[in-house]
Amino acid sequence: MLTLVIVLPLLLGTAACAWAGARLGRRATAALAAAVAALALGALLTQAAPIWAGGAVAEAAQWVPSLGLNWQLRADALSLFFATLILAIGLLVITYASYYLGPTDPPGKFYATLMLFMAAMLGIVLADNLLLLVVFWELTSLASFLLVGYWSEQSPARRGARQALIVTGVGGVVLAAGALLLGEIGGTHQISALVAHGKAIQNHPLFPWALVMVLFGALTKSAQFPFHFWLPDAMAAPTPVSAYLHSATMVKAGLFLLLRLHPLFAGSALFETVALPVGLATLTLGAVVAIFKHDLKGLLAYSTISHLGLIMTMIGLGTVEGVVVAVLHIFNHALFKAALFMSAGIVDHETGSRDLRHVNGMMRYLPWSGLFAIIAAAAMAGIPFFNGFLSKELFFTATLTAPHPLVPILATVAAAASVAYSFRFIHDTFFNGEPGPLPNPHPHEPAWGMRAPVALLAFLCLLFGVMPWLAEPLITRVAAAAAGAPVPELHLALWHHPGLHVAMSAVALAGGGIAYALLMTNRFLHRLDIDRLFGRRAGRWLFAALVARMVRTAAWITRRTETGSLTMIVALVWVSALALVHFTVPWPQTASTPAAPQPTFSTLLVAFPLWLLVAFSAGALLFWHAHRTVAVLLTGVIGLVSAVAFALLSAPDLAMTQIAVEVVSTVMLFLALSFLPKRTPAIPFQRRLVHAAIAVAAGVTVGVLAWWLLVTPRESISWYFLAEALPGGGGRNVVNVILVDFRGYDTFGEITVLGVAALGAWALFFGTSRAQHCTRQTSQWLEPHPHLLRVATTVMLPAALLLSVYLFLRGHNQPGGGFIAGLVTAAALLLVSLAHGFAAANQWVRAQDGWRFARTVGAGIAIAAATGAAAWAFGRPFLTSAHGHPQLPLLGELPLASAALFDLGVYVTVVGATLLLLTPLAAARRNDRETKENGR
Amino acid sequence: MTPAFSPWLNTLLDGALFVMLLSLLLVAWRLWRGPDAVDRLLALDTLYLNAASLLLVWDLRHPMPLLFEAALMITALGFVGTTAAARYLARHAVIE
Repeated sequence: MLTLVIVLPLLLGTAACAWAGARLGRRATAALAAAVAALALGALLTQAAPIWAGGAVAEAAQWVPSLGLNWQLRADALSLFFATLILAIGLLVITYASYYLGPTDPPGKFYATLMLFMAAMLGIVLADNLLLLVVFWELTSLASFLLVGYWSEQSPARRGARQALIVTGVGGVVLAAGALLLGEIGGTHQISALVAHGKAIQNHPLFPWALVMVLFGALTKSAQFPFHFWLPDAMAAPTPVSAYLHSATMVKAGLFLLLRLHPLFAGSALFETVALPVGLATLTLGAVVAIFKHDLKGLLAYSTISHLGLIMTMIGLGTVEGVVVAVLHIFNHALFKAALFMSAGIVDHETGSRDLRHVNGMMRYLPWSGLFAIIAAAAMAGIPFFNGFLSKELFFTATLTAPHPLVPILATVAAAASVAYSFRFIHDTFFNGEPGPLPNPHPHEPAWGMRAPVALLAFLCLLFGVMPWLAEPLITRVAAAAAGAPVPELHLALWHHPGLHVAMSAVALAGGGIAYALLMTNRFLHRLDIDRLFGRRAGRWLFAALVARMVRTAAWITRRTETGSLTMIVALVWVSALALVHFTVPWPQTASTPAAPQPTFSTLLVAFPLWLLVAFSAGALLFWHAHRTVAVLLTGVIGLVSAVAFALLSAPDLAMTQIAVEVVSTVMLFLALSFLPKRTPAIPFQRRLVHAAIAVAAGVTVGVLAWWLLVTPRESISWYFLAEALPGGGGRNVVNVILVDFRGYDTFGEITVLGVAALGAWALFFGTSRAQHCTRQTSQWLEPHPHLLRVATTVMLPAALLLSVYLFLRGHNQPGGGFIAGLVTAAALLLVSLAHGFAAANQWVRAQDGWRFARTVGAGIAIAAATGAAAWAFGRPFLTSAHGHPQLPLLGELPLASAALFDLGVYVTVVGATLLLLTPLAAARRNDRETKENGR
Repeated sequence: MTPAFSPWLNTLLDGALFVMLLSLLLVAWRLWRGPDAVDRLLALDTLYLNAASLLLVWDLRHPMPLLFEAALMITALGFVGTTAAARYLARHAVIE
């Protein structure tokens, strides 16, 4: 049932709203959203009875058990309280928004993201798994980003959304680390189990780290100083979003988390030394700044920050009494702040302005809305007979027990400021003379659909203010669930015994009133500019500077490394590779020569000239390297000799692969060379010295590595593959069995990389049509498509294709396989291009200038993936292979292995990727010819 | 697996091997001297032929599984690279 509460808005709600938005209009979409929310609320309330009796309801399913991430849900009184708040206020906001949104605002986008947010919030409060909670936590950040940026055509909306996402996103990452660490300490990620042994966890040496990281996440989410600045900027959101996310629910997620983990943190000195001062600072700063805000929503945003600080202070006390006050104030604040935001939305909606300097005297135009706003503001100010009064009284009482006298003093100051900004909110909006110049000079009361939610909330503020004992059973149960301990008996009443808290209350009321009256004399307040006052010390500015600094640093690094010079990149790659090898390879202390078979004379007879040839080519390459044609030819010699050496050293499959690679890369190099000058440009001597140093270092390192591998005795792993290839993989070609079976996952990754690289190269080359450097006219004593070559191709093509089929089919048992076969096919098709020209070959294989090969690459990877995924159907892990050797009547024993199908994927990918790489080079050459001939 | 060749034939095969190895070094000489890129290309093409025949003769003298197929690959595909290089040198366009 709990799962249903989350899944209803998460899947049904988002899908239905997104679907209905464009088709059924705003009202119908809102009705759908409301229906889903009401259903979820109903589902939640069916579970209420046992929870109200003091129990808890839990549900669990496995998700990623190996990570400790499981779908564990649990609802106790705290969760139920929050979930009900989320759904109930959500319902009001849905109703309100259907009147608030304009005719051009897409309703599907709004309600679908609102549903997503609702589901994520419900997930946070119902999760019983820390990692699951983190997942939903991130989801609220994303949904908030989308909702704040709802009017994405407005720059402040985009900036506010980005800033909120970055701040809360960073907090989420840190929280995730903290959650992992807590799970590591406690041995489980289940919250209820962690909370149960709070004391044992507190004694762990890593606990302070976990605490600080979790606290960081909570502080950023709940807009606590010094991370508070994202909240005012998030006011660019539509007002229903502000009412929902930024007053009633999302910003309370951080507080919820601390309440949820309260038994884990309570009594920790570190927790109190961080949370209490941060809460106090936020409380005071927010309240004072709010007075000076001219923007209606800005005022409410800072007031929200201040109230969040109040709750944080209470949690930071670390006592059960503190938890009680925190819960009570969360409840009260949700009621009156949602009402106030909605009132601000009404004013904004009706007048087109939110500037307190211009929106004056609205009481005459909006009498009902004004009345509701006055009730809610009175609750915010903490005036008797309104619900805010109760939590403020208890707050004062609790601060008196705090360890430092500064706490009650700052609390009184903040309360006085809170009275002042509440007065200002009402006085400036609804009274204080005549309206200034407004975009809409004739405001009138909005539809009752917009006023009703405000009226309901205002009524509740009044109800719980006059009859506070109604809230007693609720608050007691919730606080007990949060604290994990019985709560002292709670008596909510208008009049308590007299004490210092009454004096504080009186001082705050009088002080706030007087301060506002003084500030408003001659409209002095209207001429103050708070932003200029804070200037560059404001959090927003510091944040912007930090982001700008990071961007500049990143740009600097990019500029220094991405110079467009390939030489530079190659040098960087080699230097980093060398550093990596140097610092990670455990260089041997001693070398010993293992007993190896001594080479025979005839082996030496062959080996020596081959070695001589390689050495000579390498030396000649050093001499001729600036001559690019010669360099490519010499590289070809080295490759060929390597292939011969592989063949003679009993590695025929390696030799075949080497030859195929050699041929294809020769073609590619010459294709590329026709775009480049024939000679490498000369470079300064100093730079050459650097190049030489890198080259020598690389050569020596590779040489030493090879030598060391040969002379160090080590445990070989090859016996395992030799023994297991046939019984375990169903093939006699051990190399191929390793590639497609034992290390199939690696191969899958490799072909994916190959495909991606080819696609990338294709995309980069795409449309290349000008060879800038080949202005030099070469002798053209060869026909474009010589007859001899075409005939030779006609003969060779079927033979080469047959060879590739043969290599592929026998691959599992004898040298061959998808990779070699793919290269041979690609080489054969290249030959067609060489002989008949690009246009003919393009037409013949229907290459569509490479588009087809792009699809081929995709198909190859898909085949390999599908083969791997097929194992799931048999309940086995990805890429488990099956094989059998059925006896067929005519053909005899037929070796079959599912890995062969995987190998087919490899084959198709290799063919596609190779041709895809070469096509744009060939096509570009053709275009160049055409432009030249046209120009002539 | 080992074919029983007469000692004479074995000596002859050894001689052939020797000659082929010698030609490897001659190829190296041509690669060095040039004088033109075309000469070097021909040297490379000769090397392909040499390599294939070297593998074949070695397979006759000291039979090894699949050596023959490596030689087959060299002969079947080796000329593709040569063709590409030749087209580049002659027409400055590999595929047109």
